[in-house]
Amino acid sequence: MSGSVLNIKNLTMRFGGVTAVDNLPLEVRRGEIVALIGPNGAGKTTVFNCVTGVYEATDGSVSFLGKPIAKGTTPDKITKLGIARTFQNIRLFSTMTVFENVLVAKHMRMRQNIFSAAFRIRKEEQRVRDEALALLEEQGLLHLKDEAASNLPYGLQRHLEIARALATDPELILLDEPAAGMNPQETSELAEFIQQIRGKYKLTVLIIEHHMDLVMQISDRIYVLDFGKLIATGTPAEIQENQRVIDAYLGVADDA
Amino acid sequence: MTKTQKFISVLLLVALYAVIFVLEQTLAPSEMLFTVLKKGAIYALVAVSMNLLNGFTGLFSLGQAGFMLIGAYVYGIFTIPIDARASVYQYFDGGVIQFTVPLVVALIMAGTAAALIAALIGLPVLRLKSDYLAIATLGFAEIMRAILQWDKLGPVTNGSNLLRKFPTFNDFNIVTGGKTIYMSTLVPFIIVGVCIFVIVLVINSSYGRVFRAIRDDERAAEAMGVSLFAHKELSFVISSFFAGVGGALLAMYQMTVQASAFKAAMTYEILLIVVIGGLGSVTGSCIGSFLFIAASEWWLRGLDSGSFLGISAPMLFRAGFRKVVFAVIIMAIVLFYRKGLMGANEFSIQGIANFFKKLFTPRKRSAK
Ligand SMILES: Nc1ncnc2c1ncn2[C@@H]1O[C@H](COP(=O)(O)OP(=O)(O)OP(=O)(O)O)[C@@H](O)[C@H]1O
Ligand SMILES: [Mg+2]
Repeated sequence: MSGSVLNIKNLTMRFGGVTAVDNLPLEVRRGEIVALIGPNGAGKTTVFNCVTGVYEATDGSVSFLGKPIAKGTTPDKITKLGIARTFQNIRLFSTMTVFENVLVAKHMRMRQNIFSAAFRIRKEEQRVRDEALALLEEQGLLHLKDEAASNLPYGLQRHLEIARALATDPELILLDEPAAGMNPQETSELAEFIQQIRGKYKLTVLIIEHHMDLVMQISDRIYVLDFGKLIATGTPAEIQENQRVIDAYLGVADDA
Repeated sequence: MTKTQKFISVLLLVALYAVIFVLEQTLAPSEMLFTVLKKGAIYALVAVSMNLLNGFTGLFSLGQAGFMLIGAYVYGIFTIPIDARASVYQYFDGGVIQFTVPLVVALIMAGTAAALIAALIGLPVLRLKSDYLAIATLGFAEIMRAILQWDKLGPVTNGSNLLRKFPTFNDFNIVTGGKTIYMSTLVPFIIVGVCIFVIVLVINSSYGRVFRAIRDDERAAEAMGVSLFAHKELSFVISSFFAGVGGALLAMYQMTVQASAFKAAMTYEILLIVVIGGLGSVTGSCIGSFLFIAASEWWLRGLDSGSFLGISAPMLFRAGFRKVVFAVIIMAIVLFYRKGLMGANEFSIQGIANFFKKLFTPRKRSAK
């Protein structure tokens, strides 16, 4: 059961003159929590955007569950394959309720067309409503279900974004700085939460994070990027000892 | 909505239709009220269809008049009675189409034609950047207006001449032995009611939810597995279908159709109604329509013709002054009710109850 879930080879992304990601290899195996770290502007989010089809990579290949993802595959198709993500800047459907946010994620797997949906011919709507309620219950968000997403406090917005990603039934979840803006207490709760959902939903996790406590605590392996290039990879213990990483990142950005 | 609220809403709607029926039997058919009700209903349908796209899906389109034009022509062309065609198409030997279809079929054809053309426009425009939709639809509407007046198509469209003699709202009146049962307002109300009901069903379905998700955040919607193109196209096609039906109804109301009348100004009127009523509010669009039509066709008429509210001032109240006042009112609404009369809310029993509750609850004094 340790097959490769995500396998990135020679990934390169250039924006005009800027090479945001440079010849990156990265592999995530089933059930792992892998962290992608590096200073601001190192190209971490760009990696996510290439994997999820937001950007078309300049070069390189991405395979998911052993199958290469064809160039030009749109983000919605990649989500359908089983890759979910959250965003560095929270992107909820702000005028919609907590419940509706989760329901949107269920839409792609509903067996329906516009007529059967409008006239409620099949029981699909009821089915996904029950599923969404169950998910909200598991996540402890049920009491907030009719709250507008934009009314939630910051931490709960982050939580809802993850819950919404889980609602797409992913195999792999990409978390972009989920602890951003959280205090140490919230951060350690988040660490526990991520390990918990990995077990519960049989997830594989790739996480971008600046909070080093969290990264060192939960990661099985770590990749370190600097100026788009991979400068180190290994277990948390190995990374903490690595002089290049300390020089480029850990030494200066420990409290970032 | 709870069961009781639903029940009361249905009851109110039935009452509304009953009142209209009674009014029609008692008042003179020439009453201004009926003009407002008929035209208001048509505009309500078109405004709601535009709101589906602009308010609920967040796509800015300016093609409403163009799709209405298509609907009006398809309706006219396929319902003019065969023996009337020789006189209508007098410059084109009676035209090439020598059959008619039943009214309901013609309405559906009107919507379908508009929907098909929307699908074609959407194919290139919605696939890449939907930012160009407004320009593309505006351009399309202008081109459509020219094409339908083109002489070469005369055998089908009657060129720049009027289409007429097709069934109108007055044909819904039932004459039985000297007595007339007036239905010329009620039937359009029923047709519009059914159409808006279907749009509401769409909005309340999983698809409607996805439309709103796209409006709120495209990137996030896409990350939820939503195909942006497919859903934008769907919203555009549905919206255009009902604009087409609305155009057919407008043809019935006006009794004649001429392409040159479907100007961009018509789209702006509808856009105005949508904004006044509130982007994302179906009931807002409906209320906005009737208010708009009542104001422009009725209440403010006097401003153009010498005396207003009993004040006679021919020097001030002359042709064009109505438009000035109208513009001021609209500016005031946009300034003071930035989100329109209804915002994104719906008119509901619960809403009214809450409103009065707030009104009659004494304000809590702040402790000093
Ligand atoms: N769409 C874009 N167009 C041009 N340049 C871009 C684009 N997206 C990212 N970049 C550039 O690519 C580089 C990497 O950006 P990226 O957002 O991936 O960094 P990051 O590692 O996620 O940083 P942070 O920790 O601040 O989130 C930056 O120099 C950025 O300016
Ligand atoms: Mg980033």
